[in-house]
Amino acid sequence: MSDVRRAPAVPAWRKVTQHRLFWPVVALVVLIVACGIKNPTFLSVEIRDGHLFGQLIDIARFSATPLLLALGMALVIATGGIDLSVGAVMAISLAVSLTYLDGNPNADSAGTVVVAVLLGIVVALVAGAFNGFLVSVLGVQPFIATMILMVAGRGVAMLITQGQITTVTSAPFKYLGSGFVLGIPTPVVIAAVMFVAVAILVRRTALGMLLESIGINREASRLAGVQSRNITWFVYVLAGMLAGIAGIVYGAPTMAADANNIGLMKEMDAIMCVVLGGTALAGGKFYLGGTVVGALILSTIERAVVIFHIPSQITPLFKAVVIIAVCIAQSPRLREYLKPRRPQRPRSIVPAALAVKEAV
Amino acid sequence: MAPTTEPTGTPVVQMTGITIQFPGVKALDDVDFRLFPGEVHALMGENGAGKSTLIKALTGVYAIDAGEIRVADRTHRFSGPDEAQAAGISTVYQEVNLCANLSVAENVMLGHEPRTGPFISWRKMRAQAAEYLARLHLDIDPASLLSAHSIAVQQLCAIARSTVVEAKVLILDEPTSSLQKAEVDELFEVIRELRERGVAILFVSHFLEQVYEISDRMTILRNGRLVAEHRTADLPRRELISLMVGREGAELDAIEDGVQSAHRERPADVVPALAAVGLGRDGSVEAFDLDVYPGEIVGLAGLLGSGRTETVRLLCGADRPERGELRLAGETVKISDPLDALHKRIAFSSEDRKKEGIVGDLTVRENIALAMQTMRGVWKPLPRKELDEVVAKYMTALKISPADPGMLVKNLSGGNQQKVLLARWLATAPRILILDEPTRGIDIGAKADIQKLVTDLAADGMSVLFISSEFDEVLRVSQRIDILRDRRLVRTIANGPEVTQDTLLAAIAAKGEVA
Repeated sequence: MSDVRRAPAVPAWRKVTQHRLFWPVVALVVLIVACGIKNPTFLSVEIRDGHLFGQLIDIARFSATPLLLALGMALVIATGGIDLSVGAVMAISLAVSLTYLDGNPNADSAGTVVVAVLLGIVVALVAGAFNGFLVSVLGVQPFIATMILMVAGRGVAMLITQGQITTVTSAPFKYLGSGFVLGIPTPVVIAAVMFVAVAILVRRTALGMLLESIGINREASRLAGVQSRNITWFVYVLAGMLAGIAGIVYGAPTMAADANNIGLMKEMDAIMCVVLGGTALAGGKFYLGGTVVGALILSTIERAVVIFHIPSQITPLFKAVVIIAVCIAQSPRLREYLKPRRPQRPRSIVPAALAVKEAV
Repeated sequence: MAPTTEPTGTPVVQMTGITIQFPGVKALDDVDFRLFPGEVHALMGENGAGKSTLIKALTGVYAIDAGEIRVADRTHRFSGPDEAQAAGISTVYQEVNLCANLSVAENVMLGHEPRTGPFISWRKMRAQAAEYLARLHLDIDPASLLSAHSIAVQQLCAIARSTVVEAKVLILDEPTSSLQKAEVDELFEVIRELRERGVAILFVSHFLEQVYEISDRMTILRNGRLVAEHRTADLPRRELISLMVGREGAELDAIEDGVQSAHRERPADVVPALAAVGLGRDGSVEAFDLDVYPGEIVGLAGLLGSGRTETVRLLCGADRPERGELRLAGETVKISDPLDALHKRIAFSSEDRKKEGIVGDLTVRENIALAMQTMRGVWKPLPRKELDEVVAKYMTALKISPADPGMLVKNLSGGNQQKVLLARWLATAPRILILDEPTRGIDIGAKADIQKLVTDLAADGMSVLFISSEFDEVLRVSQRIDILRDRRLVRTIANGPEVTQDTLLAAIAAKGEVA
């Protein structure tokens, strides 16, 4: 008991290469550098009318939606669940907001827009609460439970817009998608604020640890007093709310509530960001910082496709190849394989029996 | 060190200089091990000594960092359990690793199904399976579901499977820990027959009695290093224990005496800290009365499946009782869930450390903090400083090793995991502590530590319900003993010098013994 043996100290460079985020960050840097070489203007960021412009800024802007979704998704995945409905929830929240604005004569006043946005978010929250109810109270498998809204959600959005593509014009609403705050695109600011808020929520309280505990061992957590029902429910509500915000940010530039296409397949993007960030789909440990890197990789890939003139038909293939490469590089098995084995000590192969006899 | 008589022939397994490094710990350090055909070889050592690691190296679960494994005179570098199996090594684990939802025949013949053309011949398969089972004196329907049988039978099926693949080496890892006495006898009968046939058997068990009954030789490990190899007959029990623990026998006696002398008079005219009146739940345990006074340790004794666990689960919110009432210090309460129980200062440590105890991928620190944290609520995290103090306090007091609170708890040995769990519950400052098999699968040193701790806690006024399959342990720590039989609390015995293991056995076996 007394002699605690410790492994020799790990050299600093190995600590870096062994870090969870090493490969995702490498992938991101490689993508950006490759784009920069192909098209030198890619890396330039300029200030026009006090606003930041440039391809890198665009990448950050396009990362906002997947990041908002992925933040909620990461927490849901940590509990061992999944939320397939976030794309549909985006469509619902946007439909609610725009329909409200559509029927309102003061669509251009900030106050009306605030109400519209809040309405959209509240409805998204209700959608999340519905998911959470199915999963945590009724015990429906998360995949099936959230698939209900994934399919039905677009019908709900359709019902709200009465089958039309509702379009409105409202400057304050548009600002949420294509405006700037202190020179930074509004979506980036919104995503950053939500990231910080969620990070504080999970890491400055015990929520993060308890989430992970539920994802790792639900029964042990229950016996230790973890209220997994409440916590799980809460997480789905949060994921719904973030999806609602994502829907509004995503739809604001065009202000067209296309119930069929807003947020289509975005749940997969969100899952991808979470996985790229090093969170296992099996649940347990989750990494919000990694999720940010995942979202950046995703939108950089989408940019790279344009820069390298990759035919749009094979874009998904390109995306898939990059993602698979990162996932393989991150996998514990490959790391284990790449870890240099300590050289074997040369040993005299004297049979133990003989050695014992000699000892006598 | 050396055995007096060399076993004849060449070893079927020869492991030389085996070293396995885990993050932060050297689990095995230059260990030699050999196993001869036709012997039962016991692998002995405390928790964390490296027994499981050595077995996992031999079965290809872990890759070795240094050393050599020779099986039947061929050097192997196993990169997976399948390769070890192909080399003739079969393993039967404590938790049976078969497919419970398949039939007995399918399990026994898995991978060796008799075929006609590309199709499995089910009839032939059942017939062959029955034959293999018969050789182990097992007369069960091969078409029945494996899960329909007791753990003992399932284990025998696993052994039958090893005879199908004609294993040269059979590893039995704690095979008896959930078996009844008669089942153990049957298992030993089978082991002896396999030994006659020349199979080399590696036997791991915490029951010294059984080790001495069945084994021919033993290898003793301590702290990941080889201590000695002996013929069983040449090694008296006390010497074995001091080899395993690395302490002198007298020291052990002192610990045990310390535990014994902690017995005190049963408190009089006080209200029980906890009293159950007619508490029960259908399909779980019949209505029972039970009480425990402040500062008292009440033992629960009974055979496996007698309802010990089910009984205490009704007291701590793990299961909800369907009838009866629960009183805490005389006051009737309702406990809705484990968190509610913790708030009422009742802590329950489950017997299933892996499934219901530790949260493997969290650190030792987080595991200790867990119950404390849930009591504070999600939104009020423990201040880091306070947490570190509590963790340091319990890690020192319980001698948790390695002394690194940042380590993942799954990388600790079983005994240390158990101590982490104890720390978790003690950190909630319970008035009533329910311990279900707190010393199962734990080495003697840690066991004595835990017994001592429990008696000390009781001396400070805590009430303890103590479940154990080991009667001597129950007798040593408890002031009163509740006897359970067939999911019914049948009687309560006041402990005293005249109460012995036989008393408990007699109480358990009293009238109504299987008709």
